[in-house]
Amino acid sequence: MSLIATPQSLHFQAPLPLQSGARIRGYDLTYETYGQLNAARDNAVLVCHALNASHHVAGVYAGQDKSEGWWDNMIGPGKPVDTDRFFVIGINNLGSCFGSTGPMHVNPDTGRVYGADFPVVTVEDWVDAQARLLDELGIPQLAAVMGGSLGGMQALSWTLQYPERVRHAVVVASAPNLSAENIAFNEVARRAIVTDPDFHGGHFYEHGVLPRRGLRIARMIGHITYLSDDVMNEKFGRELRQAVAENASGYKYSTQDVEFQIESYLRHQGDKFSEYFDANTYLLITRALDYFDPARAFDGNLTRALARAACKFLLVSFSTDWRFAPARSREIVKALLENRRAVSYAEIDAPHGHDAFLLDDPRYMGVVRSYFDGIAQGAAA
Amino acid sequence: MSDTQLLNTVAALVPPGSHVLDLGCGDGQLLQQLARERGCTGYGIEIDDANVLACVRRGVNVLQVNLHQGLAAFADHSFDVVLQINTLQHLRNAEVMLRETVRVGRVGIVAFPNFAHWANRLSVLRGRMPVTARLPYEWYDTPNIRVGTFKDFEVLAGKNGLKLLDAFGFEDGRVVRRWPNLMAGTAVFVLQR
Repeated sequence: MSLIATPQSLHFQAPLPLQSGARIRGYDLTYETYGQLNAARDNAVLVCHALNASHHVAGVYAGQDKSEGWWDNMIGPGKPVDTDRFFVIGINNLGSCFGSTGPMHVNPDTGRVYGADFPVVTVEDWVDAQARLLDELGIPQLAAVMGGSLGGMQALSWTLQYPERVRHAVVVASAPNLSAENIAFNEVARRAIVTDPDFHGGHFYEHGVLPRRGLRIARMIGHITYLSDDVMNEKFGRELRQAVAENASGYKYSTQDVEFQIESYLRHQGDKFSEYFDANTYLLITRALDYFDPARAFDGNLTRALARAACKFLLVSFSTDWRFAPARSREIVKALLENRRAVSYAEIDAPHGHDAFLLDDPRYMGVVRSYFDGIAQGAAA
Repeated sequence: MSDTQLLNTVAALVPPGSHVLDLGCGDGQLLQQLARERGCTGYGIEIDDANVLACVRRGVNVLQVNLHQGLAAFADHSFDVVLQINTLQHLRNAEVMLRETVRVGRVGIVAFPNFAHWANRLSVLRGRMPVTARLPYEWYDTPNIRVGTFKDFEVLAGKNGLKLLDAFGFEDGRVVRRWPNLMAGTAVFVLQR
């Protein structure tokens, strides 16, 4: 019996001050909850999403096959984050395109669709917005905040912005900031979108078009960086598409046909993505990634930056993840050690690259399950 | 391998309230004991997946890091005590790690199987490598790549200018202070830089 998920929405009239100095008012946050908040209101777990995910973390929508949440293998009844014990919350971030207020919505100040005018939001802004939602839900303190990749950055930021409201942080396949190479990948993706003739400076909604070409390329680049060389070789190798392989001469000697399986796969992923993801959202979220850097206000000293954190930590990284490499997680671990914070760190030897954080690996799942078992015991005590 | 009596003896050497780093902490039993009985804090380092899981189950802070990468991430004297309990024999960089142990810790405690224990000597005299409860492996499958003796370790400590605060053998659940190189299957050293 699958968990049935029901998206909900809350409207916030009071303006949210943003790091940029701008404010956003009259916004909605879309979220889902699973499990029951206990009488002490101390069993809540907030799950933060990464680039292209949403509030739909676990379960399925009634009557919709294959509508599993993006972390359904991790979260649910009897799963590592057990919704029979924890009250789990997934929130769609501001600027995203899955329900919460974003660039495709109307700006109450102008009566026009935001488009490119949607204010630049940061990880810290998202955490502030999430905290307001928790206020509305009557949750003074989280048993845990967790996330992978960009979601892990939000979890880390929670421990710094609201140290008294978090007992545990689970930070998976994440980093204390993006490397130059990572920003570079984001910039290539952004340029692909912005230079698409259908982008219209971000106001493509008014023109009734979508910058699909740019989004496709952005997604293709992303996909390459989420996988490892080994997994890509294992999955696709140099295999040719059926139609090409049947050709007597082997290759088609074309420069523009889809001949290799990897090309076909990337194009398929790009096509799918360009149909449901918003171009302005892609720009906003990759920018939030670029900007995140809690050590920046401390002369780059992460140890001093993390001194504010008061909770216990679990960090997990994956050996073949080169987008958010284990060395980046170790930087966070080191800074926590130097502050003598309680931290455990698992470095999972998995072949799947960055994507591993969404996949089933018994060691990964086992460590997270045991950690949450410990949280549940602590909550009961 | 880490029998409870040896762990009790080591635990007694750790001052209450110490901040402890346990290199090769196994399933975290000693760190849990130190936290519960002596109010210690700290971390274990462990490479084995099953042991990492066991530590998380116990609620012991564990870091899955390969000791062959050294302890460069740790500042001088950032721990009161650094433990190497039955870890040294697995380390390719055993000498470096010994120096690192007393750099990162104010005090280092090292315990390892003493190859010069009479039972081992007897076995070698008979022409065979020892296979005992303490050294249960055959020569071809042993993970113990650094096989040394109590005396060897004294020489190594001296070569590195380390101060021995205490040194004794351990055998049959008891501390052995008389002829430990001959009479004890386990060597225990407490040292300082």
